[in-house]
Amino acid sequence: MPEAHATTWLVVPIAAPLMLSLAAFVLGGRWCARLGMAAVMIVVVSTCFITWNIWHRGPQTYPLGAWPAPLGIALYADGLSCALLGMSAVVGAFVSTYSLEYFPWPLGSDDEYRCGAVQFWPLWLLLWSALNALFLSRDVFNLYVTLELLTLASLGLVVIADTRLAVEAALRYLLAALVGSLLFLAGVALLYGEHGMLDIDSLAVEQAELLVGQASSRPAAESDGAMAQDERRTKSEPTAARLIPLVMIALGLMLKSALFPFHFWLPPAHGSAPAPVSALLSGLVVKGSFYILLRLWLDLFPAEVTRPVAMLPAVLGSAAIVWGSLQALAAERLKMLVAYSTVAQLGYLFLVFGLARPEVSSTAGFAESAWSAGVLFALSHALAKAALFLAAGTILHEAGHDRVRDLSGVSRRMPITFFAIGVAGVSLMGLPPSGAFVAKWLLLKASLSAGHAALAVVIVGGGLLAAGYLFRVLVAAFPGDGATTPGGEETRPIPLRPMRLKELTTLVLALASLLLGLAAAPVIELIEIGSPWSSAVVEEP
Amino acid sequence: MTLSSVFLYVLAGVLLFGMGTSAVFFCAHWLRKILAVNLAGSGLFLVLVALSRRPGAAAADPVPSALVLTGIVVAVSATAVALALYCRLAAFEQERITDESHG
Repeated sequence: MPEAHATTWLVVPIAAPLMLSLAAFVLGGRWCARLGMAAVMIVVVSTCFITWNIWHRGPQTYPLGAWPAPLGIALYADGLSCALLGMSAVVGAFVSTYSLEYFPWPLGSDDEYRCGAVQFWPLWLLLWSALNALFLSRDVFNLYVTLELLTLASLGLVVIADTRLAVEAALRYLLAALVGSLLFLAGVALLYGEHGMLDIDSLAVEQAELLVGQASSRPAAESDGAMAQDERRTKSEPTAARLIPLVMIALGLMLKSALFPFHFWLPPAHGSAPAPVSALLSGLVVKGSFYILLRLWLDLFPAEVTRPVAMLPAVLGSAAIVWGSLQALAAERLKMLVAYSTVAQLGYLFLVFGLARPEVSSTAGFAESAWSAGVLFALSHALAKAALFLAAGTILHEAGHDRVRDLSGVSRRMPITFFAIGVAGVSLMGLPPSGAFVAKWLLLKASLSAGHAALAVVIVGGGLLAAGYLFRVLVAAFPGDGATTPGGEETRPIPLRPMRLKELTTLVLALASLLLGLAAAPVIELIEIGSPWSSAVVEEP
Repeated sequence: MTLSSVFLYVLAGVLLFGMGTSAVFFCAHWLRKILAVNLAGSGLFLVLVALSRRPGAAAADPVPSALVLTGIVVAVSATAVALALYCRLAAFEQERITDESHG
């Protein structure tokens, strides 16, 4: 009986924020923040329970309404879902705490966002519910619905900043996201047309059977020698028709996760939204579509993911690392710099698809470690990027601008915030002991052992470029002793502000990203619970 | 005979989908882009409904119709949001024009 209760926990991180979102929308006013913090507590506690259950009992399935999988819609959590659920809980909790001060109620004297609190909390709780549902869904059509919910909720959050720039960015974001989800839906429709089902587990079985069927029926008329050869060919060269659903799904999800050259919508949307929203979008929302692609890539398309197909995301990812970093180096405003840094860092996530290929898994454990490293990188980036956007928001709010060039006067008033930028920067550059360091190290090892020297160069070079744009910020903020600021401002003593909740949450997020590297071993162990690799090794003859 | 009519629907749907998605990128005006996304969506729904007639089956599969219904709800709400954003954008543009003519 406790086993049955254990899986019920999967419903809580989806249902609780959804209910509280509706309640916050209806009650409004000061209830918004209270209900929001209640949601934080419920999501954090339920995520802890789910993690504990998965750690001790393995992957969990919960059939909604007790309908079994092919007919009903199941919730499912393995190590991958659980790690990303944890990411959403931690980042969500800290950004919520930050927002208590950022969107004050009752309104402060400086009403930058006139009814920020009333708009922010219901939409953010809806976003949280959609994101958690995305990480727990085991049904491809349900994934489409959560993707759309995610888009609509994040869109509402972007336009809380009621400026021309934000509204235009939001419209562009909406259209790009809609095309992305339509492409995804087209892929889902083709899969349904072929197999007549939407559940990922059943689809995976069908796809695998199709592969076996093709391999055994084709060479039946041929001789034994040609048979083995033909079987290998069928495995490595799937027909073009079977590639179409994969291409549709991959294109749609790449568009939604802003992989170069589909990144055009991300910097304006993330750069012009209010800071906590930017932190949520860059830290969590883009990981949603990455997660779906990672999940479906090996579960549904093990045969289609051949070397040329798999190298395409990796090549685009490399281009994203270079292009995003160069744009970040040239950015004039801190928030745009951080947004372009997101474009660059997302590139690392897509290197995983080139390195974690099923056909190289048997040679060594490198493909598997690249797969886990990608997920670890996503976690580390979520924490560090959320911290950076929150810091940028504090600076923009206190100083009234976020021009990188003029940061020197600001840094003295907010030492904690700038310390947090430094700590998050260490994580983004991939220096030890950050989680990104461990992830990059594993990716580097995997790319060298798979013979992709060019990818190794990009991995190292991307770290150097990240150091370049982050040092630009730090150098501007802390000019040397000899430097003088215009107007002789440095002679006037500037009173330190008392540390506030905003600065504290930013610092804790940055430190969490830094210290993730120390806990990397158990986190990777968690990620690998129920991974496609653990079953693939057993099935390999 | 039924197979060929299914093929016709699928072909029309694919054409609409292709026209819609390319128009989103190539049309400059926001309203045209919003319309283009709707066109692409309709094309996709047409394909889905056409696929519900499985070869050899006596009755049409009800699941694609349910999916299309959900898809239409999503498309309607997304279009509403897009139009609201477009109105807000037009209001900003109006403000800018009046500011310029006064200043």
